[in-house]
Amino acid sequence: MTSADGSAPQVQPVSVLSSRWRDGLAHGFDRYLELDGYASLDDAFAKDPAELVQIVKDSGLRGRGGAGFPTGMKWGFLAKGTGKPTYLVVNADESEPGTFKDMELLERDPHALVEGTIVSAYAIGCNQAFIYLRGECGFAGRRLAAAIGEAYEHGLLGRDIKGSGFDLDVVLHRGAGAYICGEETALLSSLEGQRGQPKLRPPFPAVEGLYRAPTTVNNVETIASVPWIFRKGVDWFRSMGTEKSPGPKLFSVSGEVQRPGNYEYPLGTPARELIMGAGGGMLDGKTLKAWTPGGSSTPLLTPDHLDTPMDFESIQGAGSLLGTAAMIVLSEDVCVVGACLKDICDSIFGRSFCALGDGAVSPIVSALQYFREEFDQHVEGHGCPFGTAQALLGGRGGSELPPHGSGDNATSASPSNTRQGAR
Amino acid sequence: MPMSEETLARAEALIGRYPERRSALLPLLYLVQAADGYVRPVGRYLVSVCRTLPCQLRGSRELSEALCKRLDVPLGGTDATGMVTVEEVECLAACDGAPVVQVNTENYERLSEEQALELVERLLHDEVPPPTLAGDGAVTEPSTAALHWRLSGLGEPPADLAERAATGAGSGGDGDRIGSAPAGGAGDDRTGGERL
Repeated sequence: MTSADGSAPQVQPVSVLSSRWRDGLAHGFDRYLELDGYASLDDAFAKDPAELVQIVKDSGLRGRGGAGFPTGMKWGFLAKGTGKPTYLVVNADESEPGTFKDMELLERDPHALVEGTIVSAYAIGCNQAFIYLRGECGFAGRRLAAAIGEAYEHGLLGRDIKGSGFDLDVVLHRGAGAYICGEETALLSSLEGQRGQPKLRPPFPAVEGLYRAPTTVNNVETIASVPWIFRKGVDWFRSMGTEKSPGPKLFSVSGEVQRPGNYEYPLGTPARELIMGAGGGMLDGKTLKAWTPGGSSTPLLTPDHLDTPMDFESIQGAGSLLGTAAMIVLSEDVCVVGACLKDICDSIFGRSFCALGDGAVSPIVSALQYFREEFDQHVEGHGCPFGTAQALLGGRGGSELPPHGSGDNATSASPSNTRQGAR
Repeated sequence: MPMSEETLARAEALIGRYPERRSALLPLLYLVQAADGYVRPVGRYLVSVCRTLPCQLRGSRELSEALCKRLDVPLGGTDATGMVTVEEVECLAACDGAPVVQVNTENYERLSEEQALELVERLLHDEVPPPTLAGDGAVTEPSTAALHWRLSGLGEPPADLAERAATGAGSGGDGDRIGSAPAGGAGDDRTGGERL
């Protein structure tokens, strides 16, 4: 992976999902149309839905919400002939710490999600879709609500869309700050008006999901990728990324870097390019100590892992998970024990009932693996070797966090859990 | 307190959007909160400080402590005038703007402690500074009542909820914006991000 002079190869960013972000007006219907928006509807409606599902399977598109499950396969699992409707639920409950790609997409290019929802719903035979959005994201909510309204006004939602005979209604549903509702079974429970708790599977949502009907839950970025595949084809999509992790990807880079932001690169781009290149490298005077590849519920990696390609297989091979591709960058000035224990406290005190609890232990396990000496110093009575441990723990440990079950699900932001699961 | 005929009619409209009535639970709670404010008592302005790792790395804990001290309330408390409630929340999905503070769910990003204090000072005087992305069209809801109305899914809040809008509430220009725009990212055309 290194070139002759020993430096990491330059990987070029791509401009697909983010291609309209800098336009400034793409959130409006007319401008979106000028930028080839809604062009994939004609491509999709000209084909049989089953053919479209096969195209998504062939593209190798994998879910962008954390689990990386093949989207076409997920759609293929939807039960047929049940006599019940099929539901598409778009997961816009972005809440894995460090992840901010979906909200920027909705703020800048909300019609891209509406377009993706239309063609995806057509492909799976769905006439009623729901978009489950984080209530706390005000600007994204305004933009998306406006885009849905415009799509109805122009006949792209509702009855007989563009004379295709296909009907689709979309309901924008705002959640209320419960981290766990990003997990798909909890999200569906919440959407049903039940308490947002995960359920054991099976039955899988593809068989018994929303209202016990066949349901697919897909992430915003996943659904926004579908129109591109229908328009430009499988080969084009597979020209980016790796064999098993194809396509473009939004990477959220945050923490102690010069230029935090969302950057679009092919899957398989080395982490070094994202942190040191796109992210501008470490803040002045700071040295890289650790980074998460996929949000704070994924095991930490170190500078030794910087040349690891950011794809599902390579990151797993390095002992972590690609998750949401949210790269939180920590410097040597940060006490990993403090940062890590903070997460653990939040997890345990926030919500111990979680079918996907693996995420809760991964930060501490990886921190022990790579930063054992810091734990030793704490345990051996020398205290925290950093001044920042108190800051990261906030001087309050977990004792002020609400006990399990005491949170007001309806209206209060809840303490986070960690999760690495099927989003 | 019984709900008004109007509120009940709106509740039915929300319920009608879903195949099963119970799905409207959260929208209905938002509606009742907007109408009566009794689901969760909050001030006119809800100030939410992100406490998750990327924001803590940029000093969010110091911000929330300073705000609590200024308002003389613990986290979750509302100041004596009933104007401002301050709370800590989990990741707000805007980590490039860390530390992130929200007013009625609109973002004020990259705030210094002084800027956060100035923000709250203006809220106490019923002034709403334009949010970080005001130049891109972001608008801060003029009251929590208006916010909860919007969150219910009923669209633009009615005037009697929105009329609490403060003079100086921003829409459009970002001349006196508090906080600064993100420094990078694929969509960033405000600061000359050169990656795309």
